[in-house]
Formats: sequence, structure tokens, C-alpha cells
Amino acid sequence: MDFALSKEHQMVVDMVRRFGAEAVPVIREYDRKHEPAPLIPRMAELGILGVGIPVKYGGQGLDYISLGLVCEELEAADSTLRVVMSVHMGLCAQTIFHWGTEEQKQKYLVPLAKGEKIGCGAFTEPGHGSDFAHIQMTGRREGDYYILNGEKMWISLASLADYAIVTVRTNPEAEKPHRGLSTFIVDLHSPGIKRGDIKGKLGVRAGSTGWIAFQDVKVPVENRLGEEGEGFKITMSAFDRGRYTVAAGATGLIRASLEASVRYARERETFGVPIAQHQLIKQKIAHMARDYEMARALYLQAGWQMNQGSRATRMASMAKWFATEASFRAASEAVQIHGAYGYSDEYDVERYLRNARGAMIYEGSNEIHTLIQADYALGYRRDKPLRLELPPYDPEEWQEE
Amino acid sequence: MKIVVFVKVTPDTAATVKVDESGKVTWGDAPLVLNPWDEYAVEAALQTKEAHGGSVTVVSMGDESALEAIRRALAMGCNDAIRIEDPALAEDDSLSTAKVLAAAVNKIGDVDMVFFGRQAIDGDTGLTPPQTARLLGWPYIGLVSAFREIDPDGKKLTAERTIEEGRQVLSTQLPAVVSVAKDFGEPRYPSFMGIRKAARAKVPVWSLADLGIEAPAVKVRLPELMNPPKREVQCEFIEGDTPEEIAEKLADKILAEKVL
Repeated sequence: MDFALSKEHQMVVDMVRRFGAEAVPVIREYDRKHEPAPLIPRMAELGILGVGIPVKYGGQGLDYISLGLVCEELEAADSTLRVVMSVHMGLCAQTIFHWGTEEQKQKYLVPLAKGEKIGCGAFTEPGHGSDFAHIQMTGRREGDYYILNGEKMWISLASLADYAIVTVRTNPEAEKPHRGLSTFIVDLHSPGIKRGDIKGKLGVRAGSTGWIAFQDVKVPVENRLGEEGEGFKITMSAFDRGRYTVAAGATGLIRASLEASVRYARERETFGVPIAQHQLIKQKIAHMARDYEMARALYLQAGWQMNQGSRATRMASMAKWFATEASFRAASEAVQIHGAYGYSDEYDVERYLRNARGAMIYEGSNEIHTLIQADYALGYRRDKPLRLELPPYDPEEWQEE
Repeated sequence: MKIVVFVKVTPDTAATVKVDESGKVTWGDAPLVLNPWDEYAVEAALQTKEAHGGSVTVVSMGDESALEAIRRALAMGCNDAIRIEDPALAEDDSLSTAKVLAAAVNKIGDVDMVFFGRQAIDGDTGLTPPQTARLLGWPYIGLVSAFREIDPDGKKLTAERTIEEGRQVLSTQLPAVVSVAKDFGEPRYPSFMGIRKAARAKVPVWSLADLGIEAPAVKVRLPELMNPPKREVQCEFIEGDTPEEIAEKLADKILAEKVL
């Protein structure tokens, strides 16, 4: 057993941490304006949008653990940066990498991994999030096309993405609702698509979260991912990667809260001593330090499983559940430690708190994760083999140029 | 062009550097990084290679910790690397270091340009670049902020340097040694491809025997190191009924304290 990061991992961390420091002033400005920060081109230029994909598909040849580490560093700066990786890489690019044909990979994955195109995952609907098997949006087969109709909601990068992975109901007559779903790669510049951003969000204000409406959108049959009726399984596998990136990011948010709290607690004095010397402040700091290490151990274990080619559904869910609960606690206590200053955007901790809240709802609400973990423990749930498994990390194959 | 860039590993700028009870300099468990000034030198070397072709070799003198600086430079885009280590180099000063570095340039052979950062943030002497140039018998331009012309075929170099009065333009012949100032422009980030290669790079180690020189004599020694005296800072709030009154009081205070 080896808990050490490789030299490669450490250098990836250093590089992305540097980008995070560069991005924070921009984030502060756009978070206050409630507009998407124009940082995605810079992420593309630095190659961040290709972490987790082999070189031969336009990626950086870095493993799943690197993807987690990148997400931790990005969210230590701001959640909006990590959200880009969750949807562009976790939900979109890696889903094509997992399920796509060679033609689909060449046509869609390569430009995504190179950062020339931006991807997202369009799954949630106005009336269906956790109850995904009952989504309403339809795809009707007509010759060599499917005709898509319906609306997707709460979609990160809705207004910025070029491609979306979209799951719809193609067979309303299916015996079980989840068997009637199919998944498609959709060019979001197609006729019949309207989209926009949602305003008034509690957090992730420097990012795009929006809606996408489809009216008679023609999608070629060759854009279907996997087989007809396989959409539920494909979507759930995409959620594994989404949850993994959210878990890693929330871990970064715990660390950011901890570091801000340590800095402030050493500087701020009350009753003649730095507040760091008060036991109740120490307790808050101790909880953050503990939660950071636990969250990190969980997501890295999930990353290691994916590298090995073993299923990470259970561990990614547990990591997401624990890390997002802990990041909300950490951010809230960071605000408390900062006192009244923590309640204003003079300090970053108020943004951490607003950003942390959403991750307890998206990528599977934490209530859903609680049930998932209980069912694994009780033996009610087990992972069945998929028709296609996520490719394991093979350094030679992934880095072949 | 054959380009050499010399780099050094230093404590992170955020480290708290102090003299401990045994009289040695310590920075706790702060990480070691590529000397921040050297990042500009690596950037300038890489831009020169990109404009005129050739290769950039990064060279560092030091124990294995120097690999931290070397790997960073490799990840930014340097082609290959050399580390110089020898037990006889346990003690050094800027001139003895320059003698070793000049020997390395001669051993590499046919070098057109040598790049340095303006100084290292630990020793802060800024002496090694001109000393190396002098030992090589090559011209030296310090604090370069831009190149106006590099002509490898005509063996000519014209550079702008930053001085207190503004900018100065100097021309000289190649081969030459330059040190690079911050004004040159922001150093690039390492690329992920560079990181992958740098993480796996096998860096050859040259000893003094490899360089064909004896251990250079060390002439400058630091018999005692001490922490700077603690500065007592007092904060005084200047009050008044109007901004004008406060400004007037502040101006009087500044003049009385001889700040201006």
C-alpha cells in the first residue's frame, strides 16, 4: 500500500494551484456581478480540459487520480472552476470515452479533450432529478434520425457548451420505465434548441447554470451512445464520474475553509490572545482538518479504483456524500470563525458557504446517497457488470503519442 | 542555437526563513521551488529557442533537491537537463559556483547563449551570472527585459536592459551570457505533457571529475548569521473634523518624521 502521490501528480497539483491563484480575483469580480467568469478558454489553453483522457483522443494522458487532484485544486479556488470539469470531463467527455464508438470518439471526444469544444451533461428535468427513471423528454425515431422534444433544467454550462450528453425516453411502452431511456450526443448549435442561464442562484454565481429546451431537434442515429434502451445505465455511469469530481472538489473546499480559518484565527485577537488559542475555535479547526483528510482518502480511493478498472460506484457515492456534507460544515464554521467579517464578501468564506450548499443537492442529493450506502451495506444493492466497462488507466496506452 | 539556462532551487517565497539556535538558516518544512527569478530566465531561453530553433539545456548545481527546480524547467519545455553534484562542493561562494558553471558550459560545448535569473532569492548576491561570463571570456548583459535582435548566423545580439533611469539598449556578439529581469514577461505554466516527461526524466549527474576541474577555492565565508532585529511598529490614527484637516495633520506628521 502506498499513500504517496507520484512526482507527476505533485506537479499537476502545483500547476493547477497556480492557475487557481490566478483565477480567484476574476472569480470574486464575476461572483459579485452574478455572471459567468470568462476562464474556460484559459483552462483549455493550459490543457486542464483534457485531464482524464488518453493522448490519442486529444487528452493529456493523465489518470483518474489526476482528475480528482485537479478538481480539488480548482474548487479550493472556486466551485465554478470545478463544475466545468465535472460536466465537461466527468459527464460528457468521459462518457463518450466509456461508451462511444471509435467514430464518435474521433468526432466528439478529440475536440472536447483538446478544449476546442465544451461539453456538458443534460439529464435533470424541471420535474425529475432524483427520480431519473421517470424523465419526460422524448426521442422519437424517424428513419435515420431521432426527434428530440422536451426540456432539461439545472444544467451546468447550459449556455456555454457546444455538445451535451442527453438522455431521453425513446420507448414509452417499456415494461420498466428505466429501460425505455436512450442517450445521445447532441450538438447544442442544432436548430430547435433554445437555452439560457438561471439567475438568482444561492451559489456558483460565477458559473453558468441553466436550461435547454428542445423542439423537434433532429439527432442522427449515429449520435446515439450505446444501444437503444441503455440510457439509464449510461447516465448512471456518467454520474459515477460526476460524483467523483464533486467529491474531490468538495475536498478542496474543505481545505480552502480550513486554510482561511487558520490564517484568520492566528491573526485575529480577542481577550488579549489570538482566537486560535480559544478551545472552541480549535475544535472547529480540528473538525475541518479531520474532515479534509477523510474526504481526500475517500475520493482518492475512488480514483484508484477507476485507475485499476474496478467499479467505483459505491466509493464515488460515499465520497460525494461525505465530502459535500463536510464542506458545507467547514464553510459554515469558517464563516463563524471570521465573525461579522465572514458574513461579507470582503473574505472568501461567505462564497465558500454559498457554493458548498448546491453540491448537497446535485449529482445525487445526499438523501439519495444515504439510501445507496444503506442498500449496499444491507445487501439490497450490488453492482452488476456493464456491457462496456470504463477503460482502466494504462500509462503506456494513455500516453502514447 | 544551443542554449543553456542555469537554475537554482530555493525555499518557497511564502516560507518563513530564519536563523535557528545552532546558527543555521532554516525554513521549516516549506517546500523548495525553482528560484522565482529563474522562471523568467527559463521563459526567455524557451522563447529564444522557439524563435531560432535549437535546444535548451537546464543545468543546476546541488544535491537531489535541485531536481525540484530542474523538473519545473523541464515541464516548462526545456529539452534536457544536467545536475552537478560533488562532495567537494559542500561549501561554495558565488565565484566558486561560477567556476563550476563555466566548466559545465565548456563541457557542453558550442553553446551560443547562457541564461540566468537576475539573482537567487536565498543568497541574493546576483554575482554568479557576470562572474560566469567573465570566466568564459564572453560578453554579459544583465537585467535583460527584451531582445531586439538575436542573429545566430551573424553572431549578434541586441537586448534591452532595465536600469533605474529607464531602458538601455546594448549590442554585443554571441556567444554571450545574459541575466533576465522580471519585465521580460510572465513565465509560462508547465504543460501537462511537459509534466509527464519531467516526472520521468532521468537527469545525468556530473561531478567535478566529469567537468575536469578541481574544487574551486571558496573565498567568501559567512562566519555568523543572525536574524534581523525585530521591527517595532506603532500605528497612529490621525483624526480631524474634515478630510482637509486630516490631510494637513498627516502632511505635517510626514514632514516632522522626515519621511519626505
